[in-house]
Amino acid sequence: MIKHKVVLLFPAAVVEQPFLYHLVKDYDLFINILRANINPKKEGRLVVELSGEEKNYEKGVRFLESGGIEVLPFEQQMIWNEERCTHCGACTVMCPTGALEMSRPDMIVRFDGDKCVVCEHCFKACPARAIEAHY
Amino acid sequence: MKINKTYEEINEKISKGEAVVVTAEEIISIVEEKGLEQTAKEVDVVTTGTFGPMCSSGAFLNFGHPTPKIRMSKVYLNGVNAYAGIAAVDVYLGATEIPEADPANQNYPGDFNYGGGHVIEELVAGKDVRLEAYSYGTDCYPRKKIRTFIRLQDINEAFMFNARNAYQNYATAVNLSEKSIYTYMGILKPNLGNANYSTSGQLSPLFNDPYYKTTGIGTRIFLGGGTGYVAWHGTQHNPCADRTDKGVPRSPAGTLSLIGDLKQMDPHWVRGVSYIGYGVSLMIGVGVPIPILNEEMLRYTAIKDEEIYTQVLDYSESFPQGIGGSLGEVDYGQLKSGTITVQGKEVPTAPLSSYSKAKEIAEILKSWIQDGKFLLTEPVESVPSVDSGKKMNPLKIRR
Ligand code: SF4
Ligand code: SF4
Repeated sequence: MIKHKVVLLFPAAVVEQPFLYHLVKDYDLFINILRANINPKKEGRLVVELSGEEKNYEKGVRFLESGGIEVLPFEQQMIWNEERCTHCGACTVMCPTGALEMSRPDMIVRFDGDKCVVCEHCFKACPARAIEAHY
Repeated sequence: MKINKTYEEINEKISKGEAVVVTAEEIISIVEEKGLEQTAKEVDVVTTGTFGPMCSSGAFLNFGHPTPKIRMSKVYLNGVNAYAGIAAVDVYLGATEIPEADPANQNYPGDFNYGGGHVIEELVAGKDVRLEAYSYGTDCYPRKKIRTFIRLQDINEAFMFNARNAYQNYATAVNLSEKSIYTYMGILKPNLGNANYSTSGQLSPLFNDPYYKTTGIGTRIFLGGGTGYVAWHGTQHNPCADRTDKGVPRSPAGTLSLIGDLKQMDPHWVRGVSYIGYGVSLMIGVGVPIPILNEEMLRYTAIKDEEIYTQVLDYSESFPQGIGGSLGEVDYGQLKSGTITVQGKEVPTAPLSSYSKAKEIAEILKSWIQDGKFLLTEPVESVPSVDSGKKMNPLKIRR
C-alpha cells in the first residue's frame, strides 16, 4: 500500500467527467478529498489523498494524465517559505492538525506536509505571508 | 556592591577584544551556577534582543531634487502615501500606512497585503520603488508632478525613526466572545480559542534593565541589522506601572524611541507584515547591550521568563471598550510552554514576537561586541523612570 497527497488540475473541458469513479472502480484506489474547487465549465482543482497498491496507483495516475488532468505532488503546491517565516507562531494556533507546529523550547516553527489537510486557515493568519499555495 | 566597572573600562576591554559578552538567555544559568559577585566580575556585557511587530515605526527619506524642482505635497511610494508636510523633497513613510485604493475592512476582514512596512522592507532590500509626487507649484519649485523610481542607495538620506519600540511588557490577548476577532494581536478564535502575546520575555531589552539605568538617550543599539541609537523615551512610556519585587512591570510600561540609518539595515530584520482585519505593520529587530557595571545590573539581566508576568485581556469587549480588567496574571514561562489556563480552560498560546529571532539578534550583537566593532555608550540623559511620576493619560472627550 502507498499513500500520496496530490493536487489534481482539471481543464475546463473535462471537469464534468467522472474520473474519481473510475479511480475507485477500475484501479481500486481509496480517495480522500481534502479540498475541492470545481465549477461547471471552469478549470477545477482537487487536493486528494490517494492510496492503494503501488501498481494500481501508478496506473491510476497514468489514467488521469491521459485524460488531460495534471497530477502534481502536494509538497510542491503548498510551500512553507522558511526564509520568509519569522517563527512568530501565529499560524500554529490556527492549524487544526499540528502541521504547522511550534517546537519548544527552541521556539522554531516547522511545517509537516503529511499532516496538512489543506484547510487554509493558516494562509491569511500568517503576517509574513510565508505560506504559499499554488494549487 | 563589590564590583564597580565603568563604561570606559568595559569599552577598553571591548576594543582589545577581551570583553566577556553573553546573551540575556545565557546569563541566567551562569548566575545560577557562579553567583552574582563572581559573574559580575567575569561578565562585561549582556546582550538582549527582540523581533516583533512595532507599529509606531517609519522612515524619513530625502529624494533629492529633479530639474525643474518640486515642492512635493502628495507623495506615494509603490502607491502608499508618505507624509509630505515637511520640506520640499522630504517625507516620512509610516509603517502602518496602506494604499488609498486598499479596500481596508470594507470586505471584512480585510487582507492588508501591502503597506508602508512592506515599502520599507523593499527599500532596505535594495529594490526599485515607484515614486509618484504632486505639487501645487511655486515660483521657486515650479514642477507639479513627477513619476519615477528610487532606490535606497541613490537617495540622499534614509533613516528610520520610530516613535515607540521595544515595549517593556505587553498584554496577552484572548477572545471571550462567540465569533473570531481580527486584531493587531492576530486572529483570536472565539471562546478562548487561543492566547496571543508579544514579547521576547527574558531576552527583551527593557526586562533586563527594568529601571532604565543603562538604557537612555544616546544608547547605541542593534536596529534592523545596523547600528542605531535610543533617541528619546517612546510614546506611551509609562514607567510607573505596577512592578514585581524584582522591578519588572506586570503590564505595558517603558518604551523607547529609536533612530538608525536605513542604509545599514538588512531586510532580514526589517519585515513588512500583514494582520488580517487589522492592517499592516513592520517587524524590526532591536538589540540593546547592557553593561554589567555592578552586581545590581547583573541581577536585572538574570531575570527569567518564570519571573516576568503579564495580564490576560479580553480583546472582544474589555480592551476595545476600555472597561474591566485583567482575566488573570500569567508568566512568560507558562506562555512559552504553549498553553495557559484562563477561566479554568487550557488555551494554546502564540508569541507573535519571535523568540528564536530575538535570540539570533542577541547573538549577532554579542559577536559585534566580542569582535571589538561595537562600543557601549553611556546615556547622555536618562529616560523617565519610576521616580518621575510620569503617567499615561487617556484622551478625555470634551464638548
Ligand atoms: S492548511 Fe490547514 S492543516 Fe494545512 S498547515 Fe495550514 S492550517 Fe494547518
Ligand atoms: S504565521 Fe507565518 S511567519 Fe509566523 S510562524 Fe507561521 S509561517 Fe512563520
